[in-house]
Order: sequence, then C-alpha cells, then structure tokens
Amino acid sequence: MSPAFLYFLETVLNGLMTGVMYSLVALGFVLIFKASGIFNFAQGVMALFAALTLVGLQTGQVPFSHLINAIFGTDFHQFGWTLPAFVAVIGTLVVMIVFAYLFEKLVLKHLINQEPIILFMATIGLAYFLEGFGDLMWGADIKALDIGIPSGGSFWLEDVTREWAAEGSDYFGMYIDKLDVVAALVAVVLVLLLMLFSQYTATGRALRAVADDHQAAMSVGISLRNIWVIVWSIAGFVALVAGIMWGAKSGVQFSLSLIALKALPVLILGGFTSIPGAIVGGLIIGVGEKLAELYVGPFVGGAIENWFAYVVALVFLLFRPQGLFGEKIIERV
Amino acid sequence: MTDAALATKEAEAILSVNNIEVIYNHVILVLKGVSLSVPRGGIVALLGANGAGKTTTLKAISNLLRAERGEVTKGGIEFDGEQVEASSPSDLVRRGCIQVMEGRHCFGHLTIEENLMTGAFTRRDGAANVRRDLEMVYDYFPRLKERRGSMAGYTSGGEQQMTAIGRALMSRPKMVLLDEPSMGLAPQLVEEIFEIVKKLNEEQGVSLLLAEQNTNIALRYAKYGYILESGRVVMDGEAKSLRENEDVKEFYLGIGGEGRRSFKNVKHYKRRKRWLA
Repeated sequence: MSPAFLYFLETVLNGLMTGVMYSLVALGFVLIFKASGIFNFAQGVMALFAALTLVGLQTGQVPFSHLINAIFGTDFHQFGWTLPAFVAVIGTLVVMIVFAYLFEKLVLKHLINQEPIILFMATIGLAYFLEGFGDLMWGADIKALDIGIPSGGSFWLEDVTREWAAEGSDYFGMYIDKLDVVAALVAVVLVLLLMLFSQYTATGRALRAVADDHQAAMSVGISLRNIWVIVWSIAGFVALVAGIMWGAKSGVQFSLSLIALKALPVLILGGFTSIPGAIVGGLIIGVGEKLAELYVGPFVGGAIENWFAYVVALVFLLFRPQGLFGEKIIERV
Repeated sequence: MTDAALATKEAEAILSVNNIEVIYNHVILVLKGVSLSVPRGGIVALLGANGAGKTTTLKAISNLLRAERGEVTKGGIEFDGEQVEASSPSDLVRRGCIQVMEGRHCFGHLTIEENLMTGAFTRRDGAANVRRDLEMVYDYFPRLKERRGSMAGYTSGGEQQMTAIGRALMSRPKMVLLDEPSMGLAPQLVEEIFEIVKKLNEEQGVSLLLAEQNTNIALRYAKYGYILESGRVVMDGEAKSLRENEDVKEFYLGIGGEGRRSFKNVKHYKRRKRWLA
C-alpha cells in the first residue's frame, strides 16, 4: 500500500474517532430536545460540571472548600482519600440525578406550557449558573482526569501498519489514540442501551409518547414532570460520559463546555430529533473536517478544522433543514 | 324525573360537578357556574356550539386545564366519592377517570399497539392483566388488530379515533370523558364508533360523559343531556325530552317547528332572551 493511502486511512479513522466524541455531546441535546422540545444550551456545561465533580470526588477534594475556608478561616482542601474510579462515577451520577430533579423542581415546573424560546433562555441561564457553581464547588484550576482508561498510541498498530507500507517509504505507522477507541466503544454501547431502553421499556415508551404529544401524554396519565426528571437525568448521564472522555483527552477545564458548539453542526446535519442522526452526523463532521484539513488545508493556509463543520451545517440548512434523519412531520387532514 | 328517581340518581352519581367557574390566564372567564352529574354506568351528553365551554368542562374534570394556564376558581368536582379539583391528571387516571381528547391526539410516531400500551402506563397490576385488556380492546376494535404494527400517524382518522378510545380503555377506567368523537369523521364511521362506545358502556360498565356538537347522534346514544351556552348550562333533561324540545330542535337539530323558514325572519334577540331568561 502506498503511504498516501495509509495517510488517508489514518485520517479517516482519526476523524471517525473524533466524530464519536462529537456524537456523545450531540446525543445529550437530542434526548432533551425530543422529549421536551427544549434546546438545552447547558449540555456542554453539564459535561464540564460532571467531569469536575468526578475528578473532585475521586481525588477527595472538599466541595466549596474556598468558600468554607473564606468564611470560617479554616484551611482544608482535601479529605485525604482517593476513591476508586467506579465509586466516583456512581457518585457523580447521583449528583447529576439530584441536579436534574432540582432543575425540574425549581425551574421547569414553573415554565410548563411556555414558548420554546423562554425555555431556551432558561437553559442559557442554567449554563452560566452551572459554570459558576462548578467553579465555586471545585475550583477553577485545570485538572487531570484519570480513571484508568488507556491512552496514547499503540505500538502494535504502528508496527503492523508500517509493514503495510511499501518497502523503503518513510511511513512510520499509524497513530490512533487508544482513548479514542475506548470512547468509540463506549459510545456504541451507550447508544445501544438508549435504544433498547426507549424501545422496550414502559418508561421508554412514555418518553417517546411525550416527545410526540405532551397533552395526549398527560391525558393518559403520564406525568410530564417525572418524565422531565428522567430525561434530564439521562442527559446528565450522557454528559458525564462525554465529560469523562473529553476530560481524559484534554483535561478538565472551562473550554470543555465549548465542545457544545461543535455539537451544533452535528445536530443540524443529523437532525435534532434523531439518535442515529446524532451519531452519523458526528461521524461525518469528524471525518469531513479531518479530510478537509489534510487535502484542502494546504491551499488555504490550514485551520479548516475549526470552521469546516459550520459550513457543512450551513449547506444542510439550505437544502435539507430537517437533517439527514430528522423526523418529517406526519400530518393528516 | 320524579323526586325519588332524582334522589337515587344523586346518590349513585360517579361524577358530580358543582357550580364550577374556570378562568384562563387569570383573566378570561370561560365557565360561569357549570353543574352536572353523571350516574354510575350512565351516558351523559354535553352539548353546545363552538366555544360554549364543553371542552373546558371536560378538561376541568380531568385537570388537563392547568397545563393550559386555566384554573378552577370556584365550585367543586367530586369523582367516585372524593373531591378531585386538586388532583393531577395522572392521579385521576389512576383513580379511573380518563379523557379522550378532541382531535384524537394519537402518538404519531408510535405504532397502534404502542399507543394502546401507553394507556396502561399508570397501571401496576402486572403485564398479564395488561395483555388481557389489550386483547379486549382488539376485540372491540378488530380494525386496530389488523393495523397494530402501523405508525399511528399514518392511519386514517377513524382508526385514530378508535386508537384514542382504546388507549383510554387500557387504563381500566370507571369513567371516560369523550370529547367530540365524531369530529371530522364520515357519518358511517361516526355511527360505528358510537355503537362500540355504547357496547363498552353496557358490557364494561364504563360511565361516559360525552361532549358533542353533533346533537342528533349524541342524544340518540345518551340517556341524559346538558346544553351549554357561553359557559352556562342553559338546559338539561332526559335525552328523549331534549330531542322533542322545540328550542333544541330549532337551534341544535335544525328542524324548524313550522316547516322551513328563512333565517332572515329569525330575530337574534329572541334567541338570546329565551335561553338566558
């Protein structure tokens, strides 16, 4: 195989892996949008908050330590333990569920039947609140997240692919981060779980019913408020998974919340209401931007990766606004 | 109705609405003191023109009103011996009072069978019982069984109406609030659906409160009727006596007392005066 082809292959594979990471974030948006028609601007911050909480719990940080120390003049920052990753993940999950419950109780409950734009504004407020709250609770410094996911390239893969290249070429083997592979597997499992849940459980069916028709769902005795708590909890769980993967990749820091912006073109591409759409959209964006960077980048001075996704989204908005997998509105007269 | 009959009717009422007032958005007064009662196992029709307050009355009972920023500000609603104005819709469904909404409101992206199963959401009596009731619904609506796998959004209006009624039955209701089941359906289909509803009432003992604009058919199937106008009950009585009432004939059944006549000659004030006197 020629090195050029191997480069191409490597780029596609890396693109797919990045795409999966985008999909993870987009998934959270889709879940909430489907069930409540709310575009949750805070999804990215939720991922950040989940990652912060996870690291905090794991390393035994005292929550609100700065605040406590400032008020009481004490000086303690650490509980002095290290929790196993598994326990910390469960703990974070509990925190996200409590968060979903409180958000419903304090905000959504009072906004039932309001315009979507008002709910959207509420999520913007939530985003800023959660960002500040996360800082207050766990501190604003950059943290490393390590729950034992393997990372770095694989020597085995490099060796194997180097042999594929033609004799005497200067190809040094394929670099694929193990972390990305794990993320891809996790995403696949997550999507399968979500699909099984929504297809084959009574609660899943109720979620889909609510997504279709709020009023009718209420009329058959489905409590919207409980459903919203469930949906936001699931979105919190997805945010946690996304937070773990991104956090392990690039550290837990504020910019983590900006990945939400990358999810936007993914959603436009895949359709706001489709779980498979979020996945496929993410993959297309991931591969597309890496390929564009490799082949078109040199002609325009690079950095295509940063804006390519938005151009694709724009084109899609012009020609297929409901996205690849967006539900067409079924209407009968 | 004799006094004694009236007394037993009161005693056996599964639903009684006492002088309720409904306000939307804190300002718009929609119901101005509506009272009605439905005997256990009876079919009662709630009649009236567009905007008379039929749907609002039903929603006040099922408490779907609150999601539309409406509120019962006066009066009380008693279902099955308990005051229910403060209960949530899901609570009411659990107690056995469910509404079939106007315009069918099926879950378009769910299959017919999934639609029916959502009706059993509040039940906690086991999958076997739910399964049995699903078969029962299919017995009443054989057409749904044929189409059990189709997306509800792609089925016909009649099938959707059947789905909506079947879905309500899946909650094992004691009482169904049926809002405008005839809307937008062919007369033949309307007849078919009313026949099934009557059968349900006779065989399952489900009490029914039926809001209808189609006065003719509603009074044929109901035993008692209330006529609403601008948020008030202006007339009520046995279905038979309503059918023979001159005013009902003229305004709701379209049969003039003295043969055909031009509406040019009908003075508007006469109508109003007579109803609201």
